[in-house]
Amino acid sequence: MRFGTEIVLVSLAAFAALAAAGLAQDSAFQAHMWVLFFVLLGSAIVLMRNTSFAPAGAASIPLRRDTDGYMDGPVRYGVIATTVWGIVGFLVGVLVALQLAYPDLNIEPWFNFGRTRPLHTSAVIFAFGGNALIATSFYVVQRTCRTRLFGGNLAWFVFWGYQLFIVMAATGYLLGITQSREYAEPEWYVDLFLTIVWVAYLIVFLGTIFRRKEPHIYVANWFYLSFIVTIAMLHVVNNLAMPVSPFGSKSYSLFAGVQDALTQWWYGHNAVGFFLTAGFLGMMYYFIPKQVNRPVYSYRLSIIHFWALIFLYIWAGPHHLHYTALPDWAQTLGMVFSIMLWMPSWGGMINGLMTLSGAWDKLRTDPIIRMMVLAVAFYGMSTFEGPLMSVKAVNSLSHYTDWTIGHVHSGALGWVGMITFGALYYLVPKLWNRERLYSLRLVTWHFWLATLGIVVYAAVMWVSGIQQGLMWREYDDQGFLVYSFAETVAAMHPYYVVRALGGVLFLLGGLVMAYNLAMTILGHERKEAPIGGAVAQPARSLQSAG
Amino acid sequence: MEAYTALRQFADSWGLLFMAVFFVGTVLFAFRPGSGKSAEEAARIPLKDD
Repeated sequence: MRFGTEIVLVSLAAFAALAAAGLAQDSAFQAHMWVLFFVLLGSAIVLMRNTSFAPAGAASIPLRRDTDGYMDGPVRYGVIATTVWGIVGFLVGVLVALQLAYPDLNIEPWFNFGRTRPLHTSAVIFAFGGNALIATSFYVVQRTCRTRLFGGNLAWFVFWGYQLFIVMAATGYLLGITQSREYAEPEWYVDLFLTIVWVAYLIVFLGTIFRRKEPHIYVANWFYLSFIVTIAMLHVVNNLAMPVSPFGSKSYSLFAGVQDALTQWWYGHNAVGFFLTAGFLGMMYYFIPKQVNRPVYSYRLSIIHFWALIFLYIWAGPHHLHYTALPDWAQTLGMVFSIMLWMPSWGGMINGLMTLSGAWDKLRTDPIIRMMVLAVAFYGMSTFEGPLMSVKAVNSLSHYTDWTIGHVHSGALGWVGMITFGALYYLVPKLWNRERLYSLRLVTWHFWLATLGIVVYAAVMWVSGIQQGLMWREYDDQGFLVYSFAETVAAMHPYYVVRALGGVLFLLGGLVMAYNLAMTILGHERKEAPIGGAVAQPARSLQSAG
Repeated sequence: MEAYTALRQFADSWGLLFMAVFFVGTVLFAFRPGSGKSAEEAARIPLKDD
C-alpha cells in the first residue's frame, strides 16, 4: 500500500492543529488542539512506516484484503473498533455507576461525573454503536447489492475520520469542553468535522446502491440509508451555532429558550429513533435471515414497518418536554405519535421473531440466534415501555427518575447491544475466513452474563425510579414535601450498588466476547462438545449454513 | 401572516395530507396484486450470496 497523498494531507492537518494551538483563545481549546496535533502526528508516522515503495498491488496486509471482489478491509477494522470501543464504553459505564454509588470516586477535574457521563454515553452510542453501524452497513450493502463499495479509499476516510471524531469528542469531554446538548456534546469544530465524515459516508453508501447489480434494493439498505440521511439532517440542525472565535472552544446555539429545548429533543429522540433503532433494524433484517438461513417472515410487512417508522418517529421528540414551557398541543402531539409507534415497533418485532418459524429448534443449539432473538424481544419490550412512559400521567411519575435510565438501558444493552453482538459473532468467522468461531460455549457464557446483567440493571432501576418519583411527590397533610432532595438521593444508594453489579456482569460478557473474537481472528478453534448434544452434527452446520 | 402561524397551518393541512396519502400509498403499493411473488424474491436476496 502506498499512502503518499494521505501522508501529505494528515501532516498538513497536524500542522494546522499546531497553528490552532498557538492561536488558541482559551486554554481548553489549546489543550484540545495539542491532543489533535499529537494524534495526527502519530497517524502520519504510522502511515509513513507502513507505506510501501514497491509497485502497487505487490503485497497487501491481510486485514485490508478483499473477499470475492468486496471491499472488506474497512469492515474488518470496524469490527475490531466496535469490540474495543464497546469494552471502553462498558467500562466507563461501570465507572459512572460506581461514581453515583460512591461519590469519592469523582476525581477532579477530569474524571468528575459531569465529564465521564457524556464519555460513557458517547462511547457506547457513537463509538460502539456507530462503528457497528458503519461496519455492518458496508458489509450488508455490498452483499445485497452484489457490488463493491463505491468511492475507493473514501470508505477508509469514513472509518479513520470517524475514529478521529470519537477521540476528539472523548478528550474534549475530559477537558471540560461541551456545548451541553445531550448526546451532542462536542463543540462546533468537532461537529463540523463529523459533518464532513458523514457526507463521505453518505456518498459511499449511496454510490454503492446506485451501481448495484441486484435490481431490487433490499430492505436492510433502506433502514441503513434512512439512518444516514436522518442523522445528517439532525446533526446539522441541532448543532447550528455561532463560535465565539475561530480559535476558541465556545459557541452559542442559534436557538433560544423553548425552541432550543425542542430542537435538542427533536435531535435527541430521533437519535434514538434513527441511530439506535433504524440502523440496527437494518442489521436485524440482514443478519437474522442469514444466521437462521431463512428469508424474513414477511417482506411486505418490512416495507410497511419501514415507512411507518419513518413517518411516526420524527414527531415523538416533544414527549421529553412534558409539563415544560413547550406549548400543550406540541406535548400532546409528541405523546400521540409515541403511542402510535407501538404499531411499527411490534410489527417489526413480530417480523423478526417469526423469521424463525419452522426453525425454532435452532434456539437450542445456536447461542448466536438466541442472542438475536433476545435482542428482538428487548426491542419489543423497550418500545412497549417507551410509549407508555410518554403518556403524560405516567411521565409525571417517571420523568427525571431512574426509571428513564432503566428504560434506556433495556433498549441499549438489550436491543442495540445484543443485535450487535450477534452480528459480530456472525461476521468474524466470515471476514477472516474461519471455519467457525473459537468457541460457541463462550457465546453461551456471554449470552447469560449479558442477559443477567440487563435484567439486574433494568429491574433495579424500575424499583429505584418509582421509589424516587414517589418520594419526590410525597406531601404531608399540611402540604409540605415529606422528603428533602438529599434524603431521596441517600435512599438510592443500595440500588446504585446493585446497578453497578449489573453493569459489571454486562462488561464481563463483553470481555468474554472480545477474547472469543480475538481467538477466532488468530485462527484458533476450541475443542468442545457441540451444544444440544442429542444429534451429532458436523461443527459447520452449528455455525450457519451458507 | 406570522411565520409561525403560516408554518403551523401548512403543517396541519397540506403537510399532514401529503404524508397521510404517501403512507397509505406505500401500504397499497406493498399489497398491490402480484406483489407477493416479487416480495418473496426480494426476501431471498441476502440468502443468494455466499
